[in-house]
Amino acid sequence: MFDLSLSKEQKMVKDSFSKLVKDLVADNAHDMDEAGEIPVSAVQKAWELGCSVSGVPEEYGGYGMEDSPILSSLVLEELAYGDMAYAVAVTAPSLFIVPVNDMGTDAQKKSLLPNACTDDYNVFTMAMCEPHFGFDPVSLKTTAAKKNGSYVLNGAKCFVPCASRSEKMLVAANLDGENNLFVVEKGAAGLSVGEKEKNLGLYSLETNTVTLENCTVPAEARIGGDKGVDYDRVLARARIAMASMAAGMCRCSLDIVKQYALDREQFGEPIAYRQSIAFMIAEMAYETDAIRLLAWQAASRLEAGKSAKREAYLAKLYAGEMAMKICDYGVQILGGHGYIREMNVERLYRNARSISCLEALSMV
Amino acid sequence: MINLELPDYLDNLKTQMKGFAEGLLRPISRKYDEAEHVYPVELDVLRGMKVMGRPKKKEGEEKPKKDVERKNGANLSQAVTVEAICWGDVGLMLSIPGAGLGNAAIAAVATDEQMERFGDKWAAMAITEPASGSDAGSIQTTAVLDGDEWVLNGEKIFVTCADRCDAVVVWANVDPTAGKAGIKSFIVEKGTPGFTLEKLEHKLGIRASDTGTFVLKDCRIPKENILGSAEVKKSTEGFKGVMKTFDNTRPMVAAMSNGVASAALEFLKDKVEAQDIKLDYHENTNNVSATQKEYYLMEANLEAMKLLTYKASWMADEKIFNNVEASMSKAKAGKAGTLITQKVCELLGPMGFSREHLAEKWMRDSKILDIFEGTGQIQHLIVARNILKLSRNQLK
Ligand SMILES: Cc1cc2nc3c(=O)[nH]c(=O)nc-3n(C[C@H](O)[C@H](O)[C@H](O)COP(=O)(O)OP(=O)(O)OC[C@H]3O[C@@H](n4cnc5c(N)ncnc54)[C@H](O)[C@@H]3O)c2cc1C
Ligand SMILES: Cc1cc2nc3c(=O)[nH]c(=O)nc-3n(C[C@H](O)[C@H](O)[C@H](O)COP(=O)(O)OP(=O)(O)OC[C@H]3O[C@@H](n4cnc5c(N)ncnc54)[C@H](O)[C@@H]3O)c2cc1C
Repeated sequence: MFDLSLSKEQKMVKDSFSKLVKDLVADNAHDMDEAGEIPVSAVQKAWELGCSVSGVPEEYGGYGMEDSPILSSLVLEELAYGDMAYAVAVTAPSLFIVPVNDMGTDAQKKSLLPNACTDDYNVFTMAMCEPHFGFDPVSLKTTAAKKNGSYVLNGAKCFVPCASRSEKMLVAANLDGENNLFVVEKGAAGLSVGEKEKNLGLYSLETNTVTLENCTVPAEARIGGDKGVDYDRVLARARIAMASMAAGMCRCSLDIVKQYALDREQFGEPIAYRQSIAFMIAEMAYETDAIRLLAWQAASRLEAGKSAKREAYLAKLYAGEMAMKICDYGVQILGGHGYIREMNVERLYRNARSISCLEALSMV
Repeated sequence: MINLELPDYLDNLKTQMKGFAEGLLRPISRKYDEAEHVYPVELDVLRGMKVMGRPKKKEGEEKPKKDVERKNGANLSQAVTVEAICWGDVGLMLSIPGAGLGNAAIAAVATDEQMERFGDKWAAMAITEPASGSDAGSIQTTAVLDGDEWVLNGEKIFVTCADRCDAVVVWANVDPTAGKAGIKSFIVEKGTPGFTLEKLEHKLGIRASDTGTFVLKDCRIPKENILGSAEVKKSTEGFKGVMKTFDNTRPMVAAMSNGVASAALEFLKDKVEAQDIKLDYHENTNNVSATQKEYYLMEANLEAMKLLTYKASWMADEKIFNNVEASMSKAKAGKAGTLITQKVCELLGPMGFSREHLAEKWMRDSKILDIFEGTGQIQHLIVARNILKLSRNQLK
């Protein structure tokens, strides 16, 4: 049946991430942003809650639970409520683990997952975005060509989360008109990882450019073997993640302005008493709800084993538009104070733009 | 457990209702848009269809069962049904005999004896007055008890189904000094002396639905025609109780908007795809034509409208207080539905301005859905007051 209530397990997981974020992130998000760095210990603590590995079979180092996009969506919202950069850093390994676990051959799972699903957080990631105007994840310019039983990769990538520290990454590339994922190891010949990128937002998240120049990988590096991957599904899982993080950011902006508007007095009364402020807040509330519901709807389809191509596409589109609008309202309601970086709405405003600009920062 | 997929039986209900709307409503959609005020006789077969009524709670109703066995309730089915029928024609849906808003009010609070007398009547709802629209608590119509009869005086405007209904649920104040607490509702039957239908409005849209003005001049009705208790309490709890019925009807108005918007979008999609332009959720929306991007944005909005509506309805079914969510769904659906139908006409160009096609009609029809049952502004007020915990004096 259509149901919006959380199961015991869903509630438990959501609560534990919510608590973690409250303890470790909420008050530090601004400092992390200014420092351009996230403490390793904060990432490790979240990692230990197991969100990236819970769906991986025990024999490969996971918890052997059902792979649940809904549960991941709940987790990402909570993490991004604290800070989106933190959410991406913590879950970057999912960009590697989820596709391998979901679509890899048995041999690939066996050889790749145990290294990623360890007690300690290790960086694994995926390279999808490309640094050119008109970038579209379905028409990649990065290419893969078959040569002597190997694949030769060429192209440029950008916004690859944590690439400089990544042990392995999946590279999205076009092979004879089909989009595929290839495993590329750190230090591979022809792979070069750039300096930390300077971005509009997500200051504390390291993202890098990645260049592939005749980077040759063995046949086994193609996820899914000769069949390749269900790339629509890869995109859907990444898009639902984006929408889920958008819901978290918007909820954070909303919570800040709710309090601020009641506390801030001008013209002899709280600004919340003015409809132009109150109506913005009402809109922020239902649009945040709408983003979350669109993410859950798409995740529900995946959970039921169906294609979520349409739903995930629309969820990310909507989240991209609305997160920007909501976080804009967030700054506006704080007036001049919203423009100052110490106020978290400022960071949310910058970070919100990432939802529509970028792809594949995390996976459900 | 979270699951936003409609169960198969609701999907089937939707398909079935859409089929019915396509077969019965679409063919006469234009006819009754042009023939304003003419009763659509084709709807006679639907007399008594409970689209706006609320199923009465049965005695000893069972507690919801555990996960697997649990089924969605009446409110969600209604949201799905209303959406599908309004995909056909919202004006005609409002004209289905016996499916008036008054019927919903009666079903909600009538005694068994009243149910016996009025249950089968087509009942309209008369709250609005010339000087009281959004501020329903300020109505001037009065009801004075005189022996065994209530004597009603006042003027009611914009009454849906005014001409066609058999009875009207009229809001009147029994004690104006008590303010809102004095507001009660009464069933006034057609043909009662002193109860006259003065005129029918000519409207922008939903022309198939008749909207009229009633004048009550020393109109006497039996004492038993009051809905609920006649007692005037000190607090405004009673009035709040009346307003609570809106928690169930507002998501239904949202569902109407979802239906009209989906009709418009589907029409646009057909035209776009007939030009071999793909709408397959594939390319980056920055790289497609303006028409495609607008389409995707509208479809995403429609999904948001529907999900907010389903959420409010689901909460009602689960007996979770849904006052805020009901208003959220109507705020979103009322506004976004209006914008979608406008944009569809824009994208259709000359086809969107022509009465050869229904798109222009949907643009006119959908506008009412951001107005009646509480305007968009009123919905925002309700949401904001709730989440900011402000009183109506703090946030006016
Ligand atoms: C970068 C920067 C440079 C600046 N430079 C200068 C400068 O050189 N000199 C100087 O004197 N000031 C300067 N300012 C201050 C600036 O003019 C104020 O920030 C601005 O007037 C808003 O006031 P506030 O920030 O106190 O917001 P508030 O007045 O607290 O407003 C908060 C929110 O409430 C809304 N609001 C307030 N009252 C009402 C109402 N009655 N009805 C509806 N909505 C209402 C506002 O629109 C806003 O959205 C600067 C600010 C910044 C950020
Ligand atoms: C076709 C049709 C059918 C209808 N059917 C029925 C029916 O069956 N029964 C019935 O009783 N009524 C019915 N109505 C009446 C309808 O419910 C009212 O029109 C509606 O509630 C708005 O009231 P109003 O028209 O007096 O507008 P007003 O209340 O005068 O509002 C005018 C504008 O001011 C805004 N506004 C009002 N108060 C505030 C506030 N506090 N803050 C901000 N903005 C505010 C409104 O949002 C609106 O934009 C119908 C109306 C129409 C057009």
